[in-house]
Amino acid sequence: MATEILMPALSPTMEEGTLAKWLVKEGDTVASGDIMAEIETDKATMEFEAVDEGVIGKILIAEGTEGVKVNTPIAVLLEDGESADDVADAKPAAAQTDTDEPAAAAPAAAVPVKPKVVEEALPEGTKMKTQTVREALRDAMAEEMRIDEDVYLMGEEVAEYQGAYKVSQGLLDEFGAKRVIDTPITEHGFTGIAVGAAFGGLKPIVEFMTFNFAMQAIDQIINSAAKTLYMSGGQMGAPMVFRGPNGAAARVGAQHSQDYAAWYASIPGLKVVQPYSAADAKGLLKSAIRDPNPVVFLENEILYGQTFEVPDMDDYTVPLGKARIWREGDDITLVSFGIGMKYALEAADKLAAEGVAAEVIDLRTIRPMDHDTVIESVKKTNRCVTIEEGFPVCSIGNHLSAVLMEQAFDYLDAPVINCTGKDVPMPYAANLEKLALVTTDEVIEAANKVLYR
Amino acid sequence: MHFGTFCGKNSLTLNYLTNGVFMAAKKPKQANVSKDDLLHYYREMLLIRRFEEKAGQLYGMGLIGGFCHLYIGQEAVVVGLEAAAEEGDKRVTSYRDHGHMLACGMDPKGVMAELTGREGGYSKGKGGSMHMFSKEKHFYGGHGIVGAQVPIGAGLAFADKYKGNGRVSFAYFGDGAANQGQVYETFNMAALWELPVIFVIENNQYAMGTSQQRSTSSAEIWERGKAFGIPGEAVDGMDVLAVREAGEKAVAHCRAGKGPYILEVKTYRYRGHSMSDPAKYRTREEVQKMREERDCIERVREMLLTGKHASEDELKAIDKDIKAIVNEAAEFSKESPEPDVSELYTDIYADEIPQEVA
Repeated sequence: MATEILMPALSPTMEEGTLAKWLVKEGDTVASGDIMAEIETDKATMEFEAVDEGVIGKILIAEGTEGVKVNTPIAVLLEDGESADDVADAKPAAAQTDTDEPAAAAPAAAVPVKPKVVEEALPEGTKMKTQTVREALRDAMAEEMRIDEDVYLMGEEVAEYQGAYKVSQGLLDEFGAKRVIDTPITEHGFTGIAVGAAFGGLKPIVEFMTFNFAMQAIDQIINSAAKTLYMSGGQMGAPMVFRGPNGAAARVGAQHSQDYAAWYASIPGLKVVQPYSAADAKGLLKSAIRDPNPVVFLENEILYGQTFEVPDMDDYTVPLGKARIWREGDDITLVSFGIGMKYALEAADKLAAEGVAAEVIDLRTIRPMDHDTVIESVKKTNRCVTIEEGFPVCSIGNHLSAVLMEQAFDYLDAPVINCTGKDVPMPYAANLEKLALVTTDEVIEAANKVLYR
Repeated sequence: MHFGTFCGKNSLTLNYLTNGVFMAAKKPKQANVSKDDLLHYYREMLLIRRFEEKAGQLYGMGLIGGFCHLYIGQEAVVVGLEAAAEEGDKRVTSYRDHGHMLACGMDPKGVMAELTGREGGYSKGKGGSMHMFSKEKHFYGGHGIVGAQVPIGAGLAFADKYKGNGRVSFAYFGDGAANQGQVYETFNMAALWELPVIFVIENNQYAMGTSQQRSTSSAEIWERGKAFGIPGEAVDGMDVLAVREAGEKAVAHCRAGKGPYILEVKTYRYRGHSMSDPAKYRTREEVQKMREERDCIERVREMLLTGKHASEDELKAIDKDIKAIVNEAAEFSKESPEPDVSELYTDIYADEIPQEVA
């Protein structure tokens, strides 16, 4: 029986890819292990092998097609004795496209409001370019390394492999092995070496393959990097950046899926950044590299491949410690950061359709936290929901709730609700993983609750 | 397994220290040392000892709080190695750090005032005994986490190599820290990247209260460097000249760009691990024997006298000088005011951002 060859998932976060090249043509016989095609994922170009033997009956997706969803049939494999005619009715499947879920039916009386999107204030005439978060982070490092010889990058696979998530792509070629340094797999050790290098006058960027592995090095980050300026009476500190993906990726289980924002945010002496958009990723990373303090820069693997508009400027920076208002609204304040912003913005869209104008704030920097922007917003809306992927106990939302209770108590018309990841280690099963993460629906539900709807 | 057999293979370490076997085997040539050098080492070691005795006193009076780890007995290690260092070389060590600070030229007044937690201390009273630094003297701490200073020391060397300035770094740690994983992570990278760092293992025989025999699988800790291709040697740490000689060799190795070097300096601390340690894990006789037979200061004193480099009176004058310096430091440390309350919220960030207020 003819079998369909499907577009493969070649990384944990791959949802679609480019069918770059067919290495077989219709009528060719393939054996298990033969390379049939080259497929570009968000991270790399991978070779795609045949797992069964047979004859290529039909190629359904032409080479060069972009945006082919995982599991889309891309070819048909015939067994002995079958002919291509047998599969004549196998339709060349167009790449599947996402269909948005229908928006929840708005209450009859609700009049949709138009979201008031807030544009960033940029110099007049600033051109924008479309970039992935990954490219924006790379450009930030490259730009800072060009202007400051003391900035260097070290971590696992950052140089010759071009970055485990391809964030450091091209940096080795431009800056050489002295400044782009592959380390052994030894987080505690190389983090300590980087702290020493910072004491010695350099400005290291330490890439953790993921922040889960930084737990091996957390003593050096906190006890050595964060506290030395204080312990030395201001004589010496550690101007450096610790960066890498943080939080859940996709289906990588409990030990590889944790958001550390609240852990690091509790440490005086550290600054903590967690960007959402590519523009912020770039502008904040440049500021973090220039900052005279140790900065923990929490990225997100799922966001790496997402595209945003980035100002096309010679030196685009975003100050640390300043939140960004993405949407203005008078009815409720949604506060988030990092990938949580995805749910906050989606929820704001759906709420708008139901006539609720949500103000959406991206904290961007977790420490020092821009309380003022949140408080000012809550003074206007009188209601607040926080959204993050981290665990619920001692979360960033818990902290913000306390700040609002202390400083804006009289303005609150409802308790603040914290939407967080669930209080469980991340499960592997796809359905359970979905349940463990915060969802847009939960944000809407929380919003309705504080709006007493 | 019988315990005696169990620990038999490295019980030699202490024996050769107490019996002086080591010294007999590697007796340094006295001819190589000038009168001025000997007098200098004598002064330096005596300063550390008297300073530490005074610190112990102030601790007893409640003027020094928290943990306080005295260096008495180990003075030859830092004085010998500082004699091998050049201006601009860097050093980093653990929490038993007072000796290192005095030996690299930091002001005894500032060190003592930090011990008492006063404004005039090196860290304005905010670091304490275990956390002190001097950018000016290239002293990078003073670290309270056992072993954490080892990769930091290699990182200082990394920065020097990056800048190509020809400096070397001394990363001091104890026999206890030598069992921390990050030490070996660091050995690997230091060797791989040929960093100009000297790993100084101050083997004082006890990791807090646990003897080397009971904590460490190898009798010769420096030999662990062989697994990484790092050369090294054991040194009699009760002999300042032996330490200097080994230090010079190590410094030359590093400065020539040949990568790291390990010195395992066999030494002995006379006092407990910290001020609150009754030291029940060793006999009074063991300590007494070391003091009487191997004391590093006595040894130099004898050399000075037998070599007719100095008279009893001259040495007495030095003792008096040192006592005055230490008394002055103690007075300063009592008179210096406590830090202003505003200091609570300074030096947390280099750009002084507002703190969370509870």
